[in-house]
Amino acid sequence: MEVTITINGTERTVDIEPRWLLVDVIRDQLGLTGTHIGCDTTSCGVCTVLVDETPVKSCTMFGVQADDRDITTVEGLKQGGELHPIQAAFKEKHGLQCGFCTPAMMLVGKTLLEQNPTPSEEDVRWAISGNLCRCTGYINIVSSIQHAGELMANPAPADA
Amino acid sequence: MTTLDHHHPKTSPEVGGIGHSVRRIEDARFLEGRGNYVDDVVLPNMLHMVIVRSPWAHAKINSIDTSGAEAIDGVVAVVTGEMLAGYNLAWMPTLSGDTQAVLATDAVRFQGQEVAAVIATDEYIARDGADAVIVDYDPLDVVTSPQQGLEESAPLIRTDKEGQVDNVAYTWESGEAASTAEALANAHKVIEIETHYPRSHPAPLETCGCVADVDSATGQVTVYMTSQAPHAHRTVFALVAGLPEQNIRIISPDIGGGFGNKVPVYPGYVIATAASLVLGVPVKWVETRSENLISTGFGRDYYMKGQLAVDEEGKITALKVDMLSDQGAFYADAQPTKFKAGLFHIVTGSYDFPFAHVVTKGVYTNKAPGGVAYRCSFRVTEASYLIERLVQNAAYELDMDPAEFRMKNFIKADQFPYHSPTGFVYDSGDYEKALRLAMDMAGYDDLRTEQAQAREEGRLMGIGIASFTEVVGAGNSKDYDILGLKMFDSAELRVHPTGKAILKLGVKTQGQGHETTFAQIVAEELGIPATDIKVVHGDTDNTPYGLGTYASRSTPVAGAATAVIARKLREKAKKIAGHLLEASPEDLDWEPGKFFVRGSPESSVSIQDIAFAAYTNHPDGMEAGLEGVHYYDPPNMTYPFGSYIVVVDLDPGTGVWKVRRMIAVDDCGVRINPMIVDGQIHGGLTEGFAMSNMQFITFDDAGNCIGSNFMDYLVPTAWETPAFELGETVTPSPHHPIGAKGIGESATVGSPAAYVNAVIDALQPYGVKNIDMPVLPDRVWEAIQDASG
Repeated sequence: MEVTITINGTERTVDIEPRWLLVDVIRDQLGLTGTHIGCDTTSCGVCTVLVDETPVKSCTMFGVQADDRDITTVEGLKQGGELHPIQAAFKEKHGLQCGFCTPAMMLVGKTLLEQNPTPSEEDVRWAISGNLCRCTGYINIVSSIQHAGELMANPAPADA
Repeated sequence: MTTLDHHHPKTSPEVGGIGHSVRRIEDARFLEGRGNYVDDVVLPNMLHMVIVRSPWAHAKINSIDTSGAEAIDGVVAVVTGEMLAGYNLAWMPTLSGDTQAVLATDAVRFQGQEVAAVIATDEYIARDGADAVIVDYDPLDVVTSPQQGLEESAPLIRTDKEGQVDNVAYTWESGEAASTAEALANAHKVIEIETHYPRSHPAPLETCGCVADVDSATGQVTVYMTSQAPHAHRTVFALVAGLPEQNIRIISPDIGGGFGNKVPVYPGYVIATAASLVLGVPVKWVETRSENLISTGFGRDYYMKGQLAVDEEGKITALKVDMLSDQGAFYADAQPTKFKAGLFHIVTGSYDFPFAHVVTKGVYTNKAPGGVAYRCSFRVTEASYLIERLVQNAAYELDMDPAEFRMKNFIKADQFPYHSPTGFVYDSGDYEKALRLAMDMAGYDDLRTEQAQAREEGRLMGIGIASFTEVVGAGNSKDYDILGLKMFDSAELRVHPTGKAILKLGVKTQGQGHETTFAQIVAEELGIPATDIKVVHGDTDNTPYGLGTYASRSTPVAGAATAVIARKLREKAKKIAGHLLEASPEDLDWEPGKFFVRGSPESSVSIQDIAFAAYTNHPDGMEAGLEGVHYYDPPNMTYPFGSYIVVVDLDPGTGVWKVRRMIAVDDCGVRINPMIVDGQIHGGLTEGFAMSNMQFITFDDAGNCIGSNFMDYLVPTAWETPAFELGETVTPSPHHPIGAKGIGESATVGSPAAYVNAVIDALQPYGVKNIDMPVLPDRVWEAIQDASG
């Protein structure tokens, strides 16, 4: 069946089967492979995208449920050729290693910062507790998200 | 001896050589979702494969009915073991020289074993097809532990192996029996621990998979594959399938974490390749998380008994270890041929004593095969855990502080190179210094005072230490190989005319940051900015041969190869510089980035100008170009070490323990990129915490895998994971060109014992001496109840 999804600001109409998971539609039909798949029980969170600005594990939704919804993936973070502060902060604070969980972590972090621009370590740990990472031990992900908050509050390029 | 002090980098931040926390070059693509993982590879006309797996742990296969699957619209083919047998592909060698079924023909030997494969136009249809394959099984008796496997009544699991009359996969020993037995008999005290290091799974967030693309016209086989060792896998493919090796290209694109899980060759790779060969179109296979956890390489699963002999003075005199290993249905460890239990015999750890005897036995069971070195160098993790647990209990037994007992028994800094009783030659170390620093950072004496007071108030607080030594960087070709392939590694460096360079490696990152750190080694040696150097890896057609990335071997081996080839090119550059400066090369001095005439620093030429001249104006009689390749065969292993101190608070009412502090002092020799080193330690400390606290895979009596998904197999989230305090000492490796030792696994190796020692320390008012990992609250609570009588 046909659904119309606004993906990273662009309206796209795709013909999909009702049983296809949203994550498969994003990856296979929309061709955006920055959204990953890491489990089959909605536990790992690497498929997290923003649906109407709310983080959602895209393996928990069918593609057809995204009809008329607004979806942001990692590919939508960079604007006007500039990295989003969350992206710049992950690089600066070494918040990624293999990169597999990173797109989801950044989307969750961005959402947290929009609600709470100066989160404590505990705030960040709680916000990302639905997203697994096997490489970093989270500590640098926490610093990355906090640093992104500083960058967003003070848009002047931060010095390394 | 290298005297490089990473706190004072020789190069400027712009060049970014050794000692600079250069921000990662590879991050650019990951930050924008432009990483290219295997599941992102899409080829024209590509089909999708799903594997039918056994629901039984042990059963005879009577028949396989594929007709229902074949009738589904979109199903293109169903592959069975019988079909593969026609190509002599029903079985394959493991990296330990055993055999493993690709698709079962006679019987299934573990739950989740590969029985058939369905190939269809999309993955959903392939799954429908897999559900429609009907297999008729006769269940057989099941072996769920190595102890049970050794009983006379146990069913024989490997009925496929000629001459195999029992369930023993291997026996192996190291050290000296008689002297060790004598020392134990004459000991003042013998401290004994029996413990199970439980089965765990590396569970990288990206599961295993491949896209196999066989060109039926040319015979070219291209396999995009989650491979930590692409060259070794290419050779295995050539040997298994009898394909000409020049026509096989393994591409290991971005890897979403490996931790040892992506070292073995899995049946799925072989089936997909065979299917592509037969069907003439690309075939993609990507396993689900459940498939990953129930069928691919597990880690650990060692039952260990250690006996530590000590004298009246508190000196260790000998160590006896008996180990029984649960290998699963196929002996599929990936480790050097001559060491059947990996490097488990490093179990004497950081301590100086004359005698040790290590006896090991591997047993087949009806569980998934594996025994991969999960973020460790061939079983050094299990070894480190056992000795560090024994040492703490020995201190209790002698009424000594565990730190004091360690200090008394450490190999001293002036004893290196140190010959261990099981045959290792430790290259360098200063264990006392690392422990002292950790104690200073922790405020150790104050913590002990606080603990005494807490005990008086009825609160349980524990302080646990682990002073581990690793053996990594396999390895010298005399001792180390995988299936006969010697464990050297390689680097090919090409400096282009404009002074930019490309470095090609036989190793392959899975997130460790090779594209940055290896560029930094070249930057250090040639003065070319790290950001001007592209690192290429993971493509066997475009990189020199190497054995891959695991066992912390990339920096010790390929890192050394990189430094050596850069130095060779610098020698050539010196001759070109002499030609350009019209001076004798002997009269030239080097500083990072340029040669200058000794005494006339204004008369200099940059590496970039030299590179241009190498292609435009090279001296008569010299080969043009500034390129070369080096294969590095290390003279010895490297021996990273460290001391960790964990402080826990434990609630006796619930058995729950919380990490209050984790202090980690690591010595990995020279640190190339301190930021990346710290990141590696953070990750390892978390995996160590996971194993001590929650992460294990169990089986019920029927051999059903409990822990087959991320709801049952617990890996820590940010919420459970403690914060870490890092410290460092720097004892350069004396034999490594840049003094580096490897850091990717130290924290996973060293930290489990520190966490568990802290919990056991907290329980000393109850006299509890051991709880097996993971130290779950109910196990703690039971131990307290038992001790309270």
